[in-house]
Amino acid sequence: MAVALVLVLIVVGSVLFHLLSPWWWTPIASNWGYIDNTIIITFWITGVVFSAVVLFMAYCVFRFRHREGSRAAYEPENKRLESSLTIITAVGVTALLVPGLFVWSRFVNVPSDATDVEVVGQQWQWSFRLPGKDGKLGISDTRDVSAENPLGVIASDPNGQDDVVVEAADLHLPVGKPVKMRLRSIDVLHDFYVPEFRAKMDMIPGSVTYFWFTPTRTGTFQVLCAELCGQGHPLMHGVVMVDTQQDYLAWLGQQQTFAQLSAPQQTGSADQAPGTMASGLKTAARLETVGSR
Amino acid sequence: MVDITPADGIPPAEIAEVELYHPHSWWTKYVFSQDAKVIAIQYSATATGIGLVALVLSWLMRLQLGFPGTFDFITPEAYYQFITMHGMIMVIYLLTALFLGGFGNYLIPLMVGARDMVFPYVNMLSYWVYLLAVLVLVSSFFAPGGPTGAGWTLYPPQAIMSGTPGGQDWGIILMLSSLILFIIGFTMGGLNYVVTVLQGRTRGMTMMRLPLTVWGIFTATVMALLAFPALFVACVMMLLDRVLGTSFFMPAISEMGAQLQHNGGSPILFQHLFWFFGHPEVYIVALPAFGIVSDLISTHARKNIFGYRMMVWAIVGIGALSFVVWAHHMYVSGMHPYFGFFFATTTLIIAIPTAIKVYNWVLTLWRGDIHLTIPMLFALAFIVTFVNGGLTGLFLGNVVVDVPLSDTMFVVAHFHMVMGVAPILVVFGAIYHWYPKATGRMLNETLGRFHFWVTFLGAYLIFFPMHYLGLMGIPRRYAELTDMTIMTESAHHLNSFISIMAFIVGFAQMVFLFNLIWSIRHGREAGGNPWRATTLEWQTPQTPPAHGNFGKDLPIVYRWAYDYSVPGAKEDFIPQNMPGSFGPSREPA
Repeated sequence: MAVALVLVLIVVGSVLFHLLSPWWWTPIASNWGYIDNTIIITFWITGVVFSAVVLFMAYCVFRFRHREGSRAAYEPENKRLESSLTIITAVGVTALLVPGLFVWSRFVNVPSDATDVEVVGQQWQWSFRLPGKDGKLGISDTRDVSAENPLGVIASDPNGQDDVVVEAADLHLPVGKPVKMRLRSIDVLHDFYVPEFRAKMDMIPGSVTYFWFTPTRTGTFQVLCAELCGQGHPLMHGVVMVDTQQDYLAWLGQQQTFAQLSAPQQTGSADQAPGTMASGLKTAARLETVGSR
Repeated sequence: MVDITPADGIPPAEIAEVELYHPHSWWTKYVFSQDAKVIAIQYSATATGIGLVALVLSWLMRLQLGFPGTFDFITPEAYYQFITMHGMIMVIYLLTALFLGGFGNYLIPLMVGARDMVFPYVNMLSYWVYLLAVLVLVSSFFAPGGPTGAGWTLYPPQAIMSGTPGGQDWGIILMLSSLILFIIGFTMGGLNYVVTVLQGRTRGMTMMRLPLTVWGIFTATVMALLAFPALFVACVMMLLDRVLGTSFFMPAISEMGAQLQHNGGSPILFQHLFWFFGHPEVYIVALPAFGIVSDLISTHARKNIFGYRMMVWAIVGIGALSFVVWAHHMYVSGMHPYFGFFFATTTLIIAIPTAIKVYNWVLTLWRGDIHLTIPMLFALAFIVTFVNGGLTGLFLGNVVVDVPLSDTMFVVAHFHMVMGVAPILVVFGAIYHWYPKATGRMLNETLGRFHFWVTFLGAYLIFFPMHYLGLMGIPRRYAELTDMTIMTESAHHLNSFISIMAFIVGFAQMVFLFNLIWSIRHGREAGGNPWRATTLEWQTPQTPPAHGNFGKDLPIVYRWAYDYSVPGAKEDFIPQNMPGSFGPSREPA
């Protein structure tokens, strides 16, 4: 009796928790509302199955609990029941899988008008590179990474000369324009993750991975690393600011290109955007805290 | 498969009985024993001991997450060491060892009607190599730099680099060595379990008369023998990368401004090897639980398991399918995105045989005569948590839904529910069920019910809300959740609540351990077959069974394992070794 009641309470409690609790996803800021919709469909189907199975169990426990003189039925198999349940399950699974695969195919096929944005992860900070006027990112190699060339851009590639390098500072993106995030790491695995964008992908040293999205509203969003990357992992935060086109261009105008950064007279100069310094120092200070603790 | 019904008679024994190795001293009886039942208890005790370490580590992690900044000794390094050791211990050294080494050793020979495992000496060695693996693992706590903090998945390159605790010290070397030893030890035991099931069955015990417990453990062992080699080579290769400076998994790396002497390796190759082992590993833990819980439900509902043949084929089908779903752990790993289509499809297909098992468990309850004994309570709790955890698997398996949820607390909640809580509830149910056979005494009922309610409801309250933290986007493996814009005040409160529940559930396990020890002397006398069960282990002449299990003659099997409440029979159970017909036999052919 008590057991049946507890089982019912588990179903009721879980459903109420789902509907009433304050813990829910952050307001979306990208085009991946499709993913949210797929999650909602999945919640519905799985919620119904969970409730049905546990309530059925509760009924069985209540109705068929042992009483003096009661005896179980003897029914080894029931082919019709077994096959119809199998078919219903297959239908339910298909209803989940098909929309999921459709959205996945959108997710992996980047629209042709997407702009490349490179993200480079390293222990434990984020850097970025944007293509210059030619619209192309120059090729890069981890073996070329040095203090003067933190992203390992290959100097002999002409496409790389006008690339905008944003080292350990905030990334700005224009609202409403699709971007292809090209993801690199120069040391260990990282994962570029902005909860509001819903998308994420690991970054692998030696490879370039990607995902794409379109920012749909302006604002400041926190970047989190979502792949364990050593002891500084939980502090590897960054910032993406989604700007209006005008603000974005203003920001872009203040950034330095690879050619400017690697020109001899510029090396080591303090001619960096104030934000860069602040953010870099902040990361350093934090990591010091990690070390000293 | 030849089916033998009583009318066909029982074939003659083809092989003369083999003389058992009989112990000559206290040492060879209790320590270097070749009796599978003693080895089973050695495995179980060692697994429980190391499991307690994992329990304490989980408390330490929950202290940090629930009350951030309060406990200064839990540095990020320490946190990652706790999380790594907790995960590895629970999955490998506790669950795998307990289900296969513990329950496998105890139950396989008894349930198939054999005197012992077919290779008793190798079986004994298996335990001692396992113990050595555990000792090497524990030694890393005392090594310079402490144990590895690479996460239980040990992903390179960070696992062997200086930014990770133990990466450039002893931690990772000891971890990899311990895993290699574990796999060697497991292979010795695993070959025994498989050959015993295939060759050691008594007369009349056809494959389709095996209890589902044996089917579960047997299939899981076959899978483990195929899956562990992938982990074995991955460990050897990473050890070479770390010790000899090879580059299997290490590309060119610039670490903190310095170029490392590696070039050309592939970090993602390790992930494929790891998960080619790692996904079957989920079912290596789950299938024995599936099998055992089927027998618990059937025995305590006094009803045959519904759809036995379907249950067997579901176990085998899940086992086979689980080898083609591994990359669903890698949807956001950066592998070729088109793999996602294939692995999402195979992953969701595996939901079908799994769902069939759930239906058949609950349909076994239908029109049963349900005795709410403690094993039955744990079995019911297993169904609830397994269904819950299985359904959230449909989120994570469905590639695009996984994208926002992967590497968040949602994943942590999912896998704890489905392969932590659910199988452990079966372990508890199984211990309450078979303890009387192993000791001759019942576990204390009051303590048992207390243990059940606190563990079941507590664990549900820990892991159900945790999914919603993941839905918010809170990543897993964060030693601190400060300075995060998505982390609300209420989410911090939820974390504190989860931590408090974790301490309470952990405390209940101490009550259980006390019960285990106390009842050896003070428990109620059980008799040979307290649950009035049909399977052979309950029909032994002595309880606990003596070395050799069955006295002078091995039992002869006349029927399947599920003749409960057969119409026309006087009792509501007919043991497998009882000859004769009771009304029309409806054993599935």
